[in-house]
Formats: sequence, structure tokens, C-alpha cells
Amino acid sequence: MITFGNVAKTFKRARVLDGVSLSVVRGDRIALVGSNGAGKTTLIRCLLGEYTHDGSVLVGGLDPRTHRREVLARVGFVPQIPPPLKMPVGELIGFAASVCGSDPARMVAVIEELGLDYGRIRKLPFVKLSGGMKQKTLIGVALGRDSDILIMDEPAANLDPEARHIFFRQLAARKDDGVMLITSHRLDEVAALVNRVIEMDMGKVVLDDRVADSVDMASRMRCRLTLVRPDDAFARTLRDWRFDGDGIQWNGLVNGPDRLRFMCMLSRYTGLVGGLELVEGKEDAPCAPATV
Amino acid sequence: MSAFLRAARLDISESLRARWFLFYSLVFGGIVVLLFVFGLTESRILGFTGLSRLLVTYIQLCVAILPIFILITTVRSVAGDRDAGIFEYMLSLPVSLAAWYWGKMIGRFTVVFLPVFLAMAGAAAWSELREIGVAWDLFAVYTGLLVSLSWSFLGFGMLISTLARSPDVAQTGAFLLWLVLLLFLDLILLGVMVREHVPLEVVVSLAVANPLQSFRTAAILLFDPQMVVLGPAAYVILDSLGTKGYLAFALAWPVALGTVAAWVGYRLFRRGDLP
Repeated sequence: MITFGNVAKTFKRARVLDGVSLSVVRGDRIALVGSNGAGKTTLIRCLLGEYTHDGSVLVGGLDPRTHRREVLARVGFVPQIPPPLKMPVGELIGFAASVCGSDPARMVAVIEELGLDYGRIRKLPFVKLSGGMKQKTLIGVALGRDSDILIMDEPAANLDPEARHIFFRQLAARKDDGVMLITSHRLDEVAALVNRVIEMDMGKVVLDDRVADSVDMASRMRCRLTLVRPDDAFARTLRDWRFDGDGIQWNGLVNGPDRLRFMCMLSRYTGLVGGLELVEGKEDAPCAPATV
Repeated sequence: MSAFLRAARLDISESLRARWFLFYSLVFGGIVVLLFVFGLTESRILGFTGLSRLLVTYIQLCVAILPIFILITTVRSVAGDRDAGIFEYMLSLPVSLAAWYWGKMIGRFTVVFLPVFLAMAGAAAWSELREIGVAWDLFAVYTGLLVSLSWSFLGFGMLISTLARSPDVAQTGAFLLWLVLLLFLDLILLGVMVREHVPLEVVVSLAVANPLQSFRTAAILLFDPQMVVLGPAAYVILDSLGTKGYLAFALAWPVALGTVAAWVGYRLFRRGDLP
């Protein structure tokens, strides 16, 4: 579906992509990971036809630079840094829907499902929204249209836990439908969303591996946490995860795809954890023990 | 609606919300108001009277400030949008580069031309109401000249925006271009010619090529066929082309120049990195 053939890109004297060759097929959900300057964003821009480059990039046999409209009509894109657009949200949705040949109501539906009150933000300048609101709007534009290639640059970075859960559920609904390419600095952020990991370093692919595909993206885990003593910093972190508690006992829900992130967070406070219970289940189904 | 019209409408909406547009409109509206307040329609200097006097003064002021306004606002917004990551996102949508680029240019032309024209049209309407008398043929010529000048500098602005990779470089380039064209106006060329013994043909060719010069000469030739208030290059050009010929040249040349500049900009835009 997508092939990168020996793609190289040089800015002045800096070689940012150095002979990247990849083949992506339908059903691939790829985590594109690597440190800053690894070449992730440049590779995405080559895929979007925004950069000139050596080598070839083909999407369904078409070059994105010479067949922009045909290729980009298949691509939903969420950038890492939302653009500072001064236009009202309604105008952005209207423009995007019209050039994508989509119904604005579909984009609005995704935005509202993510927890945004569209009626309230419709006339607000996009640039004035909070980071999370911008992210939700751009996700709405990307998911609220017919696209079989989804490219997302750190898409869930600014989302609260509830919005992350809904976002993961939306991705789950279309996970085998096409290709998904998610970039991140950290694998634990996106590990549960993907079935293939590509790591880049210094403009080269240094790892291309399949990963287990067992996590249900729509699942949630009930968590009960007992601390050995109250701790202010830990309490603040748990409240960020929307946990309720009295200082010692804490209860909350962890999105299935977020479990690795949650464990990573807990590892920073290992000495404070006196007990931990995680019970997995579908959101509205009876829960079964998974990890204790 | 086509992607081209959508892109044009988007640029118009963005510009109408921008502070520069408010300032820009206030400057040109303010010039007309001030010319009325200072009683320019009543004065009789060099044979111009009534609204003609006001229009001549207005157009002379336009030649000095309109190009730099257009250049700076265009390069700031186009190069600024690219620098801020707006191109990265907007050009990830399935819109053709031709629709995006030319739509942006037409949208921008609408917003830079309309305030200048409406200020002049407002003056004409007011004069009609006050029964001062409006020289409509002059009004039509000046409208054409303003279209021509605006399009020309918009084309330069689009080209500079494509060439420069940052708003600062684009702004510096725009300012330098304006300064060079201003320096190569007729009277300054005369000074160069006298001091440096530059051949007359070179001086006249430079004057002909300069869209600011053609605008300035055409704006005044209806009143001053001997070009006593302008310089010798204008006189030579006018002598060769005649009044109508020169007017046609002054309307067509800047449009052609702006179109070529914008087209070169478009070719470079297509060939290079977009964000």
C-alpha cells in the first residue's frame, strides 16, 4: 500500500533521512519511534508529499508530490504541533470538509464524542483553544472523513484520560481498516495501539518488528491502589489520571492501551505502593482479573 | 465551490480578521479624509481643481506607500504561515498546489485592492453628493492603475515569499526591492545620469522597466503632457509612445510583470519543500 524506496533527504549539509526503505501493507498499525532529530517528521512530510527527496515514496502506486489530491484524499493527518490558525473552528471544519469531500457533521460528531462542546467553540479562533481542545479538533478532522491512511504525530499527548479512552476506542473501530502510522518519542505511549514498531535513529531505520496484538483498545481496567503513606506528589499524579482517593486508598479506571504508561508511572513511586489490583474488562461488561 | 475559490475565500477571511488589514484600511481611508479636511478639493495648484486635485494627490501618495504595504503584508503572512507550521497542516489536506497558491493570491489581491479603491470611490461619491464634480474618466484610469500596481507588487510579494525561508529574510527582501524601485524613479535616475554619464538609453530602459515609474508617469500625464513635474526619462518615454500608448503600457506592463513574478514563484513553490 505504501512503499518507501531508499528515501534520502538532506537539509543543507545535514542528512536527515539516509536511505529509508519500508513497505507498509493494509492492516499495519505502526509506531514510528525515535529521539528528536531521528527523522520521523521528515519521513511523514515525504509521505505527505510536502518535501522533495531522493528515492521514491509511493502510496497505492502514486507519488504524493505529483498526485497530491488522489493521495491526500486517502490520508487523515494529525500534526504534533497544532498550527496557529486564527480562523474560527467552524471555518476550519468547513474548509477541511469541503476540500476532503466530507460532511462537516461527521467531523463535529467525532469532536463531540471526544468531549468538546462544538457549539461553544465553533466561533472561537482555533489558535485560542487549549492544547487538548486543538488536538481533539484536529483528530475530529482526521477521523471524520473517509481515509484509509491515518498519520498521527504524538496524537494523544494533550488528551485527558477520558478523551484518550474515547480516542483509542475510535481508533479500535477502524484498526483493521487501513494503515495507521503513529509517531512518538516513547514506545510506551503508543505500544498498545500498534502491531508493528519502526524505530529510527540518525535518519535510518534501526528496528522494524512486529508486536503482539492482544490488547483490546476499547478495554478499561479498574484499579485499586493502596499506598504505604500519603504523598502529595503521587496524589497529584493520580488525580491527573482521574483517580479518587483519601491519601491511602485510591480507585480509578485505566484505559487498556494506557496500561504500560500507567505501570511506568507507578514505577516512579514503587516505594509508596503497598497494594495494587487491576481488573480488566470491556467498559460495560463484567470485569475479569488480569493482573494482581 | 472549487478548491481555488475556497482557498481565496479562506485568505480573505483570514486577512479581514488580521490587525494589519484594519491598519491598512485606516491609512488609506484616513488619507482621503485628511485630503478633504485640508480642503484640497478647493485648491487650484498646477491647474488641478475639485476632485481631480484630490485624486492626483491620493494617487501620488499611493505610489509611495501602497507597494511597501502590499509587499510587507504579503511576505509576512505567506512566509509567516509557512514558518508557523500552517502550511504543514493545510497542505496535508487534498487541495492542489495551484488552487492553494493562486487562490491565496486572488484572495490577497481582493483585500489589498479593495480598501484603496473604496477610499477613492468614497471620495468620488462624496464629491457627487456635494456637487463638486467628478472626472469619471480620470477615476477609471486611476482604478486601472491601482489594479495594475497592486497586482504587480503582489506578484513580487508572492515570489519573495517563495524564495525566502523565513519571515525576516522575506521582509528584508521586500523592503530592499521597494527601496531599489524607489531609487530608480525618474528624478533620481536623472541625478545618476548627470553625475555618472550613464547613456540615456539605459536610463530610459530602467525607467520603462520600473512599475513605480510607469504608474507615476501615467498618473500625471493626463494633466501634464510636458512632464514638467516629472523627469526627463518620463518625457522621452511619453514622446515615443504617445499618451494613449503610454497609458496602455502603464496598465499592462505592471500586470505582466506581477504575473510573471507570481508564476516564477509558483514554479519554485511546486518544486521546493512546502513547509
